[in-house]
Amino acid sequence: MKALSGSLLFVLAVLVAVPVAAEPAQSGAGWHHFDNPAKEQRYQNLLGNLRCLVCQDESLLDSNADLAADLRAQIFLMMKSGESNAQIKQYLTNRYGDYVLFKPPLDYRTYALWFGPFALALLGLVVLVWSIRHRSRERAAAVSDEERARIDELLRATERNDKQ
Amino acid sequence: MRIPLRFLVPLLFFGVLVGLLGWGLTRDPSLVPSPLINKPVPTFTLPELKQPGKTFSSARLARGHVALVNVWASWCVSCRAEHPMLLQIARSGIVPIYGLDYKDTRKAALNWLDEFGDPYRAVAQDKSGKVGINWGVYGVPETYVVDGKGIIRYKRVGPITPKVWKQKMRPLIVRLKNGEPLTKGETGTSG
Amino acid sequence: MIPEIGNFALIMALSLALMQAALPLLGAWRRNESWMAVARPATFGHGAFVLLAFGCLAFSFLTSNFSVAYVAENSNTALPMIYKFTAVWGGHEGSMLLWVTILSVWGVAVAIFSRSLPQVFSSRVLGVLGLIATGFLLYMLFTANPFTRSFPAPAQGRDLNPLLQDPGMVGHPPMLYLGYVGFAVAFAFAIAALLGGRLDSAWARWSRPWTAAAWVFLTCGITLGSAWSYYVLGWGGWWFWDPVENASFMPWLVGTALIHSIAVTEKRGTFKAWTALLAIAAFSLSLLGTFIVRSGLLTSVHAFAVSPTRGIYILSFLGIVVGASLILYAIRAPAIRSVGNFSLISRESFLLANNVLLVVTCAAVLLGTLYPILIEALGMGRISVGPPYFDAVFVPLMLALTLLLGFGPAASWRRAEPAALARQLRGAFIASVVAAGVVIIAVGGVRSAELALTLFLAFWVVSTSLRGVYQRLRNRGGIRRWRSVPRGFYGMHIAHIGVAVFMLGVGVVSTFAVKQTVRLAPGQSATVAGYSFRLDKMKQVSGPNYQGNEGIFTVSRNGHQLYTMDTQKRMYQPSGTPRSMAAIQAGFTRDLFLALGQQLDDGSWTVRVRYMPLVRWIWGGALIMALGGLLAFTDRRYRLAMQHERIRLPEGAPSSGVDG
Repeated sequence: MKALSGSLLFVLAVLVAVPVAAEPAQSGAGWHHFDNPAKEQRYQNLLGNLRCLVCQDESLLDSNADLAADLRAQIFLMMKSGESNAQIKQYLTNRYGDYVLFKPPLDYRTYALWFGPFALALLGLVVLVWSIRHRSRERAAAVSDEERARIDELLRATERNDKQ
Repeated sequence: MRIPLRFLVPLLFFGVLVGLLGWGLTRDPSLVPSPLINKPVPTFTLPELKQPGKTFSSARLARGHVALVNVWASWCVSCRAEHPMLLQIARSGIVPIYGLDYKDTRKAALNWLDEFGDPYRAVAQDKSGKVGINWGVYGVPETYVVDGKGIIRYKRVGPITPKVWKQKMRPLIVRLKNGEPLTKGETGTSG
Repeated sequence: MIPEIGNFALIMALSLALMQAALPLLGAWRRNESWMAVARPATFGHGAFVLLAFGCLAFSFLTSNFSVAYVAENSNTALPMIYKFTAVWGGHEGSMLLWVTILSVWGVAVAIFSRSLPQVFSSRVLGVLGLIATGFLLYMLFTANPFTRSFPAPAQGRDLNPLLQDPGMVGHPPMLYLGYVGFAVAFAFAIAALLGGRLDSAWARWSRPWTAAAWVFLTCGITLGSAWSYYVLGWGGWWFWDPVENASFMPWLVGTALIHSIAVTEKRGTFKAWTALLAIAAFSLSLLGTFIVRSGLLTSVHAFAVSPTRGIYILSFLGIVVGASLILYAIRAPAIRSVGNFSLISRESFLLANNVLLVVTCAAVLLGTLYPILIEALGMGRISVGPPYFDAVFVPLMLALTLLLGFGPAASWRRAEPAALARQLRGAFIASVVAAGVVIIAVGGVRSAELALTLFLAFWVVSTSLRGVYQRLRNRGGIRRWRSVPRGFYGMHIAHIGVAVFMLGVGVVSTFAVKQTVRLAPGQSATVAGYSFRLDKMKQVSGPNYQGNEGIFTVSRNGHQLYTMDTQKRMYQPSGTPRSMAAIQAGFTRDLFLALGQQLDDGSWTVRVRYMPLVRWIWGGALIMALGGLLAFTDRRYRLAMQHERIRLPEGAPSSGVDG
């Protein structure tokens, strides 16, 4: 019984979470296409880098959601009237926030994100080099001169034995 | 027992990670916070649903009284679920509710209001959805709390539940009406 | 009846897992032989009951027993038989049962093949595996029981998500879990060694084949997932840096570091504590991945239904298991002393550098995946971290890694003369530059620095690997003596060549793929990348549980007709979910990819056309890597070593190998 109400809850949760999945009064996808291949490529690249807010793991290029279709149309118009990629992105972030961009912005919040991995790699390699050097210095220091002489003698003795 | 720091680093890092993940569980991953919080209402002039020939402009939302702007549509299932709550709020008279009919036809919308009740003082018809985009609408229903000066103070994504009304929206509306200054925690988006 | 048996089997499995955990671990601590002797039988018993439970669930699916709530949620009478079976792991509870089943299978394998290990050690290993199994079985029985009944039983089930009604579903999750869960064995070995207070080469030698096997499975599992999403998701992408993909990729990255590190610990007795830490980390990342997928922490097309309560349980389990392991590590590892001294330029240092880069890459993926949560927690709004970030960070790190890859196998242990090393590899370097240059000229100039570097480094890896094989054979006395070279040696170079093939695939596809969305009505054609795609006709199609539209295309080039391609867009009932069945004309040098988009108001259709050069090399390269790993862990040296130990070691005696 508990499981059944659980699945009902799940169904309700899905309905609540994605209400736009229900059929709107008017459907029909618009088709927006630039004849200029470079412009068309720019359009498709731009759409590919913007997140659909309804189907949130798809881009505006791939999503079948209604809102995605509307935004595609809007962006098409904006490109047609000569707006730049930066302006279009600004338009969208003004309305939907930074979440709509797949590429995180570079600002004080994201320095750790963008530079972190390289800083970490550099740090890791530096620590690596240091610890290798440190270790061999330690080893070298651990053996005193007297011990070194004894070791050499022993090695020579072993070599003589080997040759026999 | 003395443990050199470098052997404790993984444990410390893991502790921080678990803390972050635990916090992360308390939030809704699909909620998109609105960048319009504490910003003026996006301007629009749209046909009024219930009074043909008349228009509804955003200026109406800056006339000195706190208002709710509810984005809805006749084809939206969750709006149906939310509707009794809206009717209750309208009846209580605490705050007027304005509707934004999103990507709908006039006929279907009017029928819907006829059948289920009309909590709206006025309804703007956004047939194309363009105004919705300006408001950052990405799902229906969504509700905005707008103060007397036309500044958006709060956005509710999804139906208004009794819980969110009681805990977040109603107190905020009361404080806005009293003209009290707001704290950061009171404004924002919820889903 | 059957579901009740299944439930009972789970309870029995739990009690046996508890026995498998408690008695051997206590017995190892107290040196109580009869308690330790419980380990193997308990493992076998636990495995048997888990398999029984799995069988019961499978039976419930195959007989469409909708009184079982989980079956009703994930199946349907109209579902084809094979998918009724794979639906067993189509949802949360069932996939947890799959997890537990695979864990018990690994446990049984360890129980069988560990007879040559000292009893104290093997008891601890099986005990740790038992602890993990106990945790998961408890979790399942209390919060995620697949056998929960619902009354009244629905007449019809809700159906398996159409995206999962696919052959990919047969292989991908089991293979992935075999890998993920397989790292539990390496983990158990490391914990057992830490508990015993000694990490020696013997421990590394025993761990190695298990680690390599898990790595091979994980590589295959990830590859299958990528290839599957390529054709099932309808837009020709093969990797999205989706949180769930990242969740499987992170253990892989650390797992790769681990197999390299463990090789060094075995051969040279160094990096002991580091290897143990990596073994803990690899499995921890597997658990983390399990958490991310099921907790609703992040949105993903892969994620199971959002549920923070599930998340809390798994997070607690993760916290306890990993926290305890890291505490053990912090206490025991400082006492471990590694012998061995090596200079700044040596094979050891190259391998350590490899480890650093792999671990940093994993950290970068983790950072990118969780950063949005961090930003939100700090109240700085909501950002998203998507493919542009991951590509920008991953590619440079991987290029650096492949550069080192060339030097590593050629460098001597302990101390390599930089000048001699450079001289040895000079030929390979020149060959790589020339080869890259030839390709760049052939494609009409340098497209990007990234591509040029990728080409050079891919050829660099291939030429250094070939050189390595050649040198070794020459030292042995010629190619006819190829059998005298250990299999693992070939495995290493083959795996590295797999990396190069993978890189070439990725580099070429990223730079030269052509993706266009076109609008076509029947009779119209579009030209993409020199191929002409003509939509001949659209027709209605239907199947056992779907209906849809099919587009039939003719592909030609230079006027010659080449292929016919059919692509469908289906609407599945009863869930009403759409699914696109892309048409793919696969080839060694390129794929042609077609998928239907949407129908427009005038009756024409949008069609996604993709020209994907060398895309098969991505998965081919990954499979070659897996092949290399397979060769490595089936090396006779492991089997021989195990036999050797069995003859020489009385039970309970200290292990052989360099220690200190």
